Amino acid sequence: MVSLNVNGKKYSIDVQEDVPLLWVLRDHLKLTGTKYGCGVGECGNCTVHIDGRAQRSCVVPVGDAKGKKITTIEGLPKDHPVKRAWIKEQVPQCGYCQPGIIMQVSALIGESKSPDPDKIVAAMDDVLCRCGSYPRVKRGIKTAVEIVRKEGKRS
Amino acid sequence: MKLSISRRDFLKGSVLAIGACLTPFGTRLLSGAEMKNGFKPTVWYEITPNNIVTVWIPSSEMGQGTWTTLAMIVADELEADWKQIRIKQAPAGEAFKNPITRDQLTVASASVRGYYDILRKAGAAGRMMLVKIAAGQWKVPEGECRAQKGFVVHKKSGRKLSYGKLAEKGPAVAVPQEPTLKKESEFTYIGKTMPRIDIPDKVSGAAVYGIDVSVPGMLYASIARPPAYGAKPVSFDEKAAGAVKGVQKVAPIPMGIAVCADSLDAAWKGRDALKVRWDKGALPDMNDDSIEKHFMEELDKPGAPVKKAAGAKEALASAAKKVEAVYFVPAVAHVTMEPMNCTVHVQKDICDVWAPTQGPLVAKMVASQVAGMPPDKVFVHTSLLGCGLGRRAAPDFVVEGTILSKITGKPVKVIWTREEDIQHDIFRAPTCHRVKAGLDAEGRLTAWSHKVVTASLLKDIYPAGVVNGIDFMSLWGLADFPGSPDNNNIAYEIPNFDLEYLIDDLPIPVAPWRSVQNAPNAFITESFIDELAHAAGKDPVAFRLNLLKNNMRARRSVEVVAEKAGWGKAVPAGHAKGIAQHSCFGSYVAQVADISVNEKNGTIKVHKVFAAVDCGLAVNPDALRAQIEGGIIMGLSTTLKERVRFANGGAKSANLSDYKILKMSEIPEIEVHVIKSAEKIGGMGEPPVPPVAPAVANAFFKATGVRIRRLPLDPATVMEAIRKKA
Repeated sequence: MVSLNVNGKKYSIDVQEDVPLLWVLRDHLKLTGTKYGCGVGECGNCTVHIDGRAQRSCVVPVGDAKGKKITTIEGLPKDHPVKRAWIKEQVPQCGYCQPGIIMQVSALIGESKSPDPDKIVAAMDDVLCRCGSYPRVKRGIKTAVEIVRKEGKRS
Repeated sequence: MKLSISRRDFLKGSVLAIGACLTPFGTRLLSGAEMKNGFKPTVWYEITPNNIVTVWIPSSEMGQGTWTTLAMIVADELEADWKQIRIKQAPAGEAFKNPITRDQLTVASASVRGYYDILRKAGAAGRMMLVKIAAGQWKVPEGECRAQKGFVVHKKSGRKLSYGKLAEKGPAVAVPQEPTLKKESEFTYIGKTMPRIDIPDKVSGAAVYGIDVSVPGMLYASIARPPAYGAKPVSFDEKAAGAVKGVQKVAPIPMGIAVCADSLDAAWKGRDALKVRWDKGALPDMNDDSIEKHFMEELDKPGAPVKKAAGAKEALASAAKKVEAVYFVPAVAHVTMEPMNCTVHVQKDICDVWAPTQGPLVAKMVASQVAGMPPDKVFVHTSLLGCGLGRRAAPDFVVEGTILSKITGKPVKVIWTREEDIQHDIFRAPTCHRVKAGLDAEGRLTAWSHKVVTASLLKDIYPAGVVNGIDFMSLWGLADFPGSPDNNNIAYEIPNFDLEYLIDDLPIPVAPWRSVQNAPNAFITESFIDELAHAAGKDPVAFRLNLLKNNMRARRSVEVVAEKAGWGKAVPAGHAKGIAQHSCFGSYVAQVADISVNEKNGTIKVHKVFAAVDCGLAVNPDALRAQIEGGIIMGLSTTLKERVRFANGGAKSANLSDYKILKMSEIPEIEVHVIKSAEKIGGMGEPPVPPVAPAVANAFFKATGVRIRRLPLDPATVMEAIRKKA
């Protein structure tokens, strides 16, 4: 049995500790917003927050996530600046990579006292998109940072 | 195409579906049981008494925005309020066939251009019927009533009725088979940017892709596949795999050895425990070098004549200047971000297929064959697609799911690992060309002789499409099927054009890949035309325009992009510009790439790509722009980075660690100019891809004086070319 704290809820799951967190989220908790892309931490599509930091859930054994605060795309508030910016800038195409990209961006915004869009853009190379939504991801980051600057950061 | 909607289906039938299957974004997958309940998909939309207009989208949504764009067309002619529009993904159905593909296939950039007229007519018919119903209720002349924003209004008396109300109470009226369409100046939505319907769910995480489908009692399957083409299993440890906790079934199937288990983790562990030993396969010595050598040898063998110019030989022989070049473009992989997957439940009397597919009717057909059930007992539920790119038009994953559900008697979800997805992809066909051309003393083109060696895309999937040794799909970009209106041809007016084609027979599996062979073929023609311009001492834009005198749309795209990119004007130190144009799927695209080259480490920096496109009317301009941006970026990825490596008779590239695609820091600034055009609507999912590679290669030549005749233009290739020059 593995105890997890995901999106503020506590779960007890009958699973071996070496199973990647990604598949526990997807198949056991049915939180399918987090996506499988490569299984080796190369594409970032499976990015979630573990204690506030962006992590690749496909290479984190679920045992290592015990007792930590996990947030998935479903747990990021609907009115989160990044989510709002993504709709405003019409970022996604097929959208499959976007939960990972959104989680990466939101962690970077959350980590910084005064988020700088250029620095965030520079830290996006390990999250891949095949449709070529990158120009809009850049715009989305700018807009999200503007929202944060205007409204202040939420906890 | 004749509009055939029956009155009963249109209104009365639709009322039966009150409130069913509506979610905030109007979409979810229907189960087979729901579809059995008299669901007959013969209509494009339904209006329910809750005042909701539900549009059935025949095309697969794979990021191109088809849910929104097709719904806009219906909403506009119907005079519906955008707020009352919901969409549902149409099931596999004959009624949903696209007149261009003659199938329900989301390919060939054909959704908008294929369904535009049909959906306009369907919407207009509904508008006229609603007006007639209202006028009948009010007992006033139809001419005094108007449909507007979801209501029929009688201005004189100040009365109005919502579409929902009219759908509920309306008496039967006939469906006009030739309804009056709106004038373009009267469009409410068409031509204006509408926010994409699919985006909110994609941002919240609620969007359902094939890989997200869950069916109670479902097993997960993973398949150990042969590392070399044609390899057969020599031995495998069924007992060890079966001993893994959660493994339910080990099954040798034609694709490999499948392991079905209660969880994906167990299926993977079981697959690893199989320790399959394979024989050497069909061509165990095949590797990168042997493939290239093979292509060069094939170039010297005779092929089938595609275009014969009687005077070509003579014109070449007597040319004042001759240019000859050999080009090679390697295989590239699709790498859809969502790997291949499918969920199938073969039941006693029906079969449900949940698939991220570009071809639901094809999925229906193969599942019917494998399950041994008539097609009308097979229900295909098309989910969202995490990229399509042509890969998902093939039904291989549906076959696998159906086989395994049949064997286990349970619902089965097959998920490919990324390694399987790349190594066992059906690739963009590698291609090798020899091109010869002659110029007269004034630098005018007098002859062009072109030999192509590449695999046939149709040979296995549609053998009848290969006639006299010619598969036009493999030649797209050079020559199109006779009579095709899609202009997948070389756009230039070339005197004495001679084209010969030899079907390559390597065991590398191939399939359409965004723009099909237009992209590799255009890399070659557009690089070569640049070679000719330089050999003739002419400006590359002027040289092209001279050969496009009678191709107004292609010509204009070149003129516009040259002007916008400041062609001929000074560039910053170290920068160079290259141009390319290509037309396909009814659209015309020209691009200029502004690059610089680091000759010390061989990296090319693409600073900016300018694009000018003529696709006729842009129905949803912002979604169109997104397609152009995405096409340029994907094209650039193959230009600079992508190449599938082969070794020991199979593909060696296996994951994103050794098959690199373009990253965010590598993208250029992109400036798009959509030419205002009253011409026929063309596609835009694929046409932005082909010009990128030659525009960059032509800029590279301008920057360095070195012509690279192969892709990708990666640092190793660039350094080798520069060394050779020195």
